[in-house]
Amino acid sequence: MTRRTRQRLFLAAAAVVAAVLAGGLAGLPSFGHATAQDGRILDAVSVPERHITDVVTAVNFDYRGVDTMGEEFIFFAAVAGVILLLGAQPDEAPGHVADAATGRWVPPTSDAVRVLGLALVGPTVLFALYVIAHGHLTPGGGFQGGVVLATAVLLVYLAGEYQHLHGLYPDRAIEGVEAFGAAGYVVIGLAGLALSGSFLANWAPLGTVGHLNSAGSVPLLNVVVGAEIAAGFVLLLSAFLHQTLILRRARAAPGAGR
Amino acid sequence: MTAFVALALVLVAVVGTLVVVIQDPLRQALTVSLFGILLGILFFAVQAPDVALSEIVVGAVALPLMILLALAKIRGGTR
Repeated sequence: MTRRTRQRLFLAAAAVVAAVLAGGLAGLPSFGHATAQDGRILDAVSVPERHITDVVTAVNFDYRGVDTMGEEFIFFAAVAGVILLLGAQPDEAPGHVADAATGRWVPPTSDAVRVLGLALVGPTVLFALYVIAHGHLTPGGGFQGGVVLATAVLLVYLAGEYQHLHGLYPDRAIEGVEAFGAAGYVVIGLAGLALSGSFLANWAPLGTVGHLNSAGSVPLLNVVVGAEIAAGFVLLLSAFLHQTLILRRARAAPGAGR
Repeated sequence: MTAFVALALVLVAVVGTLVVVIQDPLRQALTVSLFGILLGILFFAVQAPDVALSEIVVGAVALPLMILLALAKIRGGTR
């Protein structure tokens, strides 16, 4: 196909997409005037029915909890895939960073980064636990809190030297936490099946609206999702760091394989 | 409030375009982080704080970091 034909084909296709897009956008309700009924219904029922003050969490972990389970397992599968890809290949072995950059002086981590990194670890963990625990009350939840929790581990790596810390890193335990998080969601769902007659039904006592101990099984789901996401992200980033900083090709010649 | 939403929309559009226009992957990784923060601010302005939180942690922290690490690995032999 010549360049000219390709361009014509692109312009024709772009014109069709633009026409459909313009037609669709013209039919939208004006800014801030949504006409969908679902939002209004959910706004009205989530507090009286489920004692959940954050409607987004009510939707994600209760009204469409099965979808969230699917998303959780997408993440689980993605992490497993990345770890499989980033694991040590047959021709790779642990080496020194200096191997790749001979003769270059590597600056040490500055004191400012180390102090700030270490000082932020505690508040970050606390904030992450707060976001996970208050998912049913305020914006946030297991997913957001889980990622924040994983960044706390990153701060430790940032403050120290990954080369020295990776020996301390309990990868078996973190894999266990991730599996616990994924399995926990299904177990809580099955408990709903056993106790209330349907999978992921909200079976726990609903408690008082606005209290930490409310919203039935939703906070439990937030905790297991938080555990899975935090562990998954830590595994993911550790795999990246390990591949980047530790593993070296055995037959390492600068520019090899390019 | 409308002015704030309009400003956030314009900034998201400008920085989003920058991410596409910039050719160097290293600069792109940093610009995409800024884009994530701006998108988070926009989501917050249109009253979607849940999504804003997700966007900030994933778009502004996790995604650029993975791009940076991947770049570090790819360029490991040449620098």
